[in-house]
Amino acid sequence: MTKEECKQVVLEIIAEIAPDEDLNDIKSDVRLRDQLDLDSMDFLDIVMELRKQHGIEVPEEDYPKLASLDSCAEYLTPKFKAVKA
Amino acid sequence: MAAGMEVPEARPDYDTIIIGCGMAGLAAGIRLAMFDQRVLILEKHNAPGGLNSFYFQEGRKFDVGLHAVTNYVEAGVRGTPLAKIFRQLRIPRDAFELSPQVGSRIAFPGVDLRFNNAFALLEEDVAQAFPGEIDGFRELRAAVQAFDPFDLEAPVIPAREVVRRHIGDRLLEDMILCPLMYYGSARENDIDFDQFVILWRALFEEGFGRPLEGVRVIIRALLDRYRELGGKRRMRCGVRRILAEKGVVHGVEVESGEILTAGRVLSTAGRPETEVLCGMKATDPDLRNQVGRLSFAETISVLDRSPAELGAGETIVFFNDSDRFHYEQAAGPVDLRSGVICMPNNYQYDQGAGLEEGLLRVTALASHEKWTAFADERYRAEKERWFPRILESALRFLPEVEPAAVARHTVYTDMFTPRTVEKFTSHLGGAVYGASEKSRNGKTRWENLYLAGTDQGFLGIIGAMLSGISIANGHLLKTKEERDVQVNEQ
Repeated sequence: MTKEECKQVVLEIIAEIAPDEDLNDIKSDVRLRDQLDLDSMDFLDIVMELRKQHGIEVPEEDYPKLASLDSCAEYLTPKFKAVKA
Repeated sequence: MAAGMEVPEARPDYDTIIIGCGMAGLAAGIRLAMFDQRVLILEKHNAPGGLNSFYFQEGRKFDVGLHAVTNYVEAGVRGTPLAKIFRQLRIPRDAFELSPQVGSRIAFPGVDLRFNNAFALLEEDVAQAFPGEIDGFRELRAAVQAFDPFDLEAPVIPAREVVRRHIGDRLLEDMILCPLMYYGSARENDIDFDQFVILWRALFEEGFGRPLEGVRVIIRALLDRYRELGGKRRMRCGVRRILAEKGVVHGVEVESGEILTAGRVLSTAGRPETEVLCGMKATDPDLRNQVGRLSFAETISVLDRSPAELGAGETIVFFNDSDRFHYEQAAGPVDLRSGVICMPNNYQYDQGAGLEEGLLRVTALASHEKWTAFADERYRAEKERWFPRILESALRFLPEVEPAAVARHTVYTDMFTPRTVEKFTSHLGGAVYGASEKSRNGKTRWENLYLAGTDQGFLGIIGAMLSGISIANGHLLKTKEERDVQVNEQ
């Protein structure tokens, strides 16, 4: 999985948990919280969906690594590769 | 389990058992089922909904509890509790079919404060009636907006203490507190500041809404969602005891004697009520001290026309006839000094839609002790005696309405008392808002037994759902995650 594909997966999850958000102009390098109305409950759901849909575990201390799409890609891409392997 | 018996580490029947199929239990159940937990909700009654339920009588459907859905915001308003609930439960907003209120009022001797779903009206009326206090009122609003009521570990502060930092006039203080207390304080003559903040936002910043068909629309939406996710429930299946031992719970024994095991138990039964299920005696003085002291009676008048046709076009009226507002256990069967009038017809329903009959409900503080002491026949006679007195007391605050006209157009009546409340909610003492001391973080003396709902401390119908969601997120989902991580690491 490429970093771009990884960002796409995260966006799809956000679209599912927050259908009322406009995801068209999301900037990769800006914190998701600063662009979207997402709170800690929503971040929990992103983590839960990553586990449920993709078998990826994100321990609580790593939640900050999901701040922006770029940081998500950085952090999650190796995890996706590990799961696929 | 017999002492000394070696119990093998068997997989429990359920990941989580939830006691109570009310708003909190259903919301928690949905969250857990959403993330593949095996969940069972146990409910002792036949009807779901808990404090906010409904019943049928002589062909009519009545709501209990629900006067209004608080926290109403228009579609598209984000970040409020209502929006959080739709998002967390992944229920479409339309499923609740909410229509906004017409307008409400706080009526005290010589002063009226109106409020609706836009804050400006209340602010305007405060400025008009209390010109010297408007700056303080705005400061108080700023303090409310700056406060995070969802910090579950924050210390409890009495609301009056905070209100008095900003507002000097006791009449205004009481008028602000009256609706907030009536809609959620488990404490006499005060309210915890975090609950004050939640209720201020729920009533004044956001406001009232209601589905045309009443609370069952919301219950149906929750049940459908829970079922769709594979959640299980058993109705008319009361819990006899929680299997609690050495700081851990293993499951429950239901009324039939059947044992159901679970990795965790979430109780929405209330804090003292849960202690009783864990083996404490209901008569234990430590436990009696925890039981809330506030209960209510309510009269329901079914009219052959809408209340507006009789001159009452408002949604909710909170009234008080005395110098100070007394929110405390009634000394007699009913405290007639204050109360709440609720008229479910007066919402902005879709064009052409409306209730078939008029409804006028009046709620007042009532004594659980007095109503439960009456033998059956006397109880019925006392209800007959108090019904007209409660109604008459309320009609003082609807000056446009002629009391004789209400009597003439009444086609049916019903009434509930603290005795009814206790029977249907299982809250000891008929305490609608539960124990005065809350368990805000939902933890108990048992490491895998949690509380949600009324005694967790988020109140009202939206609060109850948020409570279920918060405790599920904070403890029940996290615990599983952590356990999974541990398993993966082994």
